[in-house]
Amino acid sequence: MPSLIRWTGQRAEAAEDPFTAVVDEEPIPRGDVIVSLQRFHNEGHRLLAEGRKVGVRIEADEAVEDIAADLTRIAVVALVFPKFLTGQAYSSARVLRERYGYAGELRAVGDVLREQARFMVRCGFDTFAPIDGSSPENWSHVVGRFRHVYQRAADGREPAFEERRA
Amino acid sequence: MYQYDAIDKEMLADRVAEFREQCERRLSGDLTEDQFKRLRLMNGLYLQLHAYMLRVAIPYGALSSAQLRKLAFIARTYDKGYGHFTTRTNLQLHWIKLKDAPDILEHLAEVGMHAIQTSGNDIRNITADPHAGATADEVDDPRIWVEAIRQWSTFHPEFSFLPRKFKIAVTASPADRAATKVYDIGLRLHRNDAGELGFEVLVGGGLGRTPYLGPVIRGHLPVRHLLSYLQAILRVYNRHGRRDNIWKARIKVLVASLGAEGFGREVEAEWESADNAQVDLPDLELARIRAAFTPRNFATLPATSAAFEAAKADPAFARFARHNVKPHKIPGYAIVDISLKKPGETPGDCSAEQMELLANLGERYSQDEIRVHYEQDLILPHVMLDDVPAVWKALGAEGLDTANRGLITDIIACPGLDYCALANARAIPIAQAIAKRFEDPALAERVGELGIKISGCINACGHHHIGAIGILGVDKKGEEFYQLTLGGSAEAEASLGQVLGPAVPANRVADAVDSMVEVYLRERQEGERFLDTYRRTGLAPFKEAVYAVAH
Repeated sequence: MPSLIRWTGQRAEAAEDPFTAVVDEEPIPRGDVIVSLQRFHNEGHRLLAEGRKVGVRIEADEAVEDIAADLTRIAVVALVFPKFLTGQAYSSARVLRERYGYAGELRAVGDVLREQARFMVRCGFDTFAPIDGSSPENWSHVVGRFRHVYQRAADGREPAFEERRA
Repeated sequence: MYQYDAIDKEMLADRVAEFREQCERRLSGDLTEDQFKRLRLMNGLYLQLHAYMLRVAIPYGALSSAQLRKLAFIARTYDKGYGHFTTRTNLQLHWIKLKDAPDILEHLAEVGMHAIQTSGNDIRNITADPHAGATADEVDDPRIWVEAIRQWSTFHPEFSFLPRKFKIAVTASPADRAATKVYDIGLRLHRNDAGELGFEVLVGGGLGRTPYLGPVIRGHLPVRHLLSYLQAILRVYNRHGRRDNIWKARIKVLVASLGAEGFGREVEAEWESADNAQVDLPDLELARIRAAFTPRNFATLPATSAAFEAAKADPAFARFARHNVKPHKIPGYAIVDISLKKPGETPGDCSAEQMELLANLGERYSQDEIRVHYEQDLILPHVMLDDVPAVWKALGAEGLDTANRGLITDIIACPGLDYCALANARAIPIAQAIAKRFEDPALAERVGELGIKISGCINACGHHHIGAIGILGVDKKGEEFYQLTLGGSAEAEASLGQVLGPAVPANRVADAVDSMVEVYLRERQEGERFLDTYRRTGLAPFKEAVYAVAH
C-alpha cells in the first residue's frame, strides 16, 4: 500500500493510503477508489451505493463548485498540481474548506514538493503525495519554519495582527 | 516611517534561515540549478548574463538613512561598489556571488529589508506615490495602505503561484505619480460625495507585449474592505487566468477577454461569497500602521525662505530650484528631487559613496527619510527651504546636483543587453547618447518637460509605452534596432505611445530624437509641453522629420 504524508495539525507523519487512484481508461478495481470528476458524475452514485469510500480527483482547470452538493459523501478530494508552479489548487482548497466547510481529507497530488508544504497546509490540505522523496520530517521542518503568518487562511493560524493585539 | 516590530523581524529571520538552507543544498549539489531556480526565484535572485542579480525590495520606495547606508555597505562589500534603482523602486545588485546571498539577506534583515517576492509569479513589491506624506494634493497617506497590503501579501499561501507576476500601485493624489493605470491593480484613494475615504479600483493595466490602461472595476471601495477585495480579485485571477501561454498570462489578458464589466461581476460575486471579516484588518491594526506614518518634527516656519531666495543669485542653483525642488504641504519645507541621470551616467545607477552621502543628508536634513521614484530618481522628501542651498552644495560633491528632473536628459532605461538575459538590445548606451546630445542645461531647459523611456525588449521594464518619446530595442537579424513611439504618459490623463514608423539602427536614435525635438520647438504654441504639441499635431510632422533625414 503506497504511503502518504499526513499533517495532523501539529506535525507531519507517515500514513497508509487505502485508496486506489483510477485513471479514466482503466476499469474500477475493488475497494476504496479516487476517480476523476467526470467519472464521479457518471458512476459516483453506483460506487457509493456499493458501500465503498469514494474520492474525487479535481484537475487544475476544473471547478470545485461542481462537487459542492456531494461533499458530505466524498471521502477524499484530491487536487492536482500538474506542475510546481501551477497554483489554481491553492484557491480550490480554500474554497472547499472556507466556503463549503469541507471537513474531509484534502489531498495534494501531482508535482508536489516539500517547498510547497507550508503554503499547502495553510490552504487546508492535510495529506500529500510528494514526488521528491521527502520524508514526514522534511515536511514538519518546512511547515514549522515560520513562527508567524500575516494573514488568515484555512489552517486557523492566528495572524500577526491578532498576535499584536494580545 | 513604519518600523518593523518583533513579529516583522522574526518573519525576516525565518526567511533568511530558510534561504540559507536552500543555498547550502544548491552549493553542496543536493539541488540542481533547475531545482534551485524555482526557489531562488521566490527570493529575488536571478541568474543573469554575467552573474547572479539580487533584487532588494523597497516597499513604497521609502528608505531610512540606516537602510540606505546598509545598501551602500552591501554594494561595496559584495558587489562592484554600486547598485541600480529600478522602475519598480527596487535596488538591483548585478554582480552577486551565490555563496554571499544568504549573508546579504542577513545584513538586509538587520535594517528591516529583504528580497521577498521581488521575483516569481507572486504579489511583487508594492509601489506608492513617492511624494506620499509630503505633498499637499493627497487625500490620505497611501503608504498606510501599501504597508497593509505588504503584510497581507507576504508569503500569501494562496497567491504565491499565480499565472504570472502581479504588481500593485497606490496613489492618493489626482496627479498620480505612481502610474496606477499601467499596473495589474491600480488603487486611487479619493473621497466620495459623502466625504468617505475609498479606493477607485483599476484592474488589468500593464505594459509589456500588449499594453493596456487599466479599466475601473469599482468606483468606490470603502477603505476598510481593501484586503478582502484584493483577495477576491486575486482569487478570480488565480483560478481563471491563462497558464498555457506566458505572453497571455497577466491579468490584463483575462480582464480584456471578459471585459471590465464581466471581470468586475466575477470579482463582486467572489467577494460577496467570502467571509471578508476574516480578511480585512481590524481598526486597531490599521490605527497602529497609521500611527507609524504620522508626521513628526515639523517646525513652524514662514512659507518663504530668504536664504533660499538669495541662493538663486547663482544661476546653477536657480535652475536646480526650478526643476528639482517641489512644494511641500508644510509651509517652509520642500521636496527635493535628486536626479540619477547625470548625462553620460547609467540611468538609475547609484554608487556606494552617493548612497552614503544621501543617507547623511537624509538624516541631517530630511527627517531620516529618502525615497525612490519609479522614474529611477531619488528624493529627500522633507527639507526645510532654508537648508536647500546647503543640500544642493553637498549633492554636488558626488555629482548628484543635476538639475534635470522631468527634462529630456532625465531618461528612464532598463539595464538592457548590458546585463539582462532577456534583452534584445542595449538601453544604457542609447540613453547616454541622447543625454550627451542635450547635455547643455540651457538647451534641455529650453526643450522643457519631456520624458524619454527606453526598454531593451518587449517586456518593457523601461516603460517605453508611457514615454512622451518611447524607445524599444528590437532584434533585426542579429542587429540592434529601435522602435520609436510618441505620446505616452502615465499621468492622470494616461495614454499609450503610438508607433512612429520603422525601427531605426542604434546610431540613428539620438538623431531621430533631435529631429523630433526640432519639430516640437518649431510647432509648439504658448505653454505647450512636447506631449501637448504631439497631442495637437499628431504623428505626421514628427514622422516626416525623422524619416526624411533617414533617406
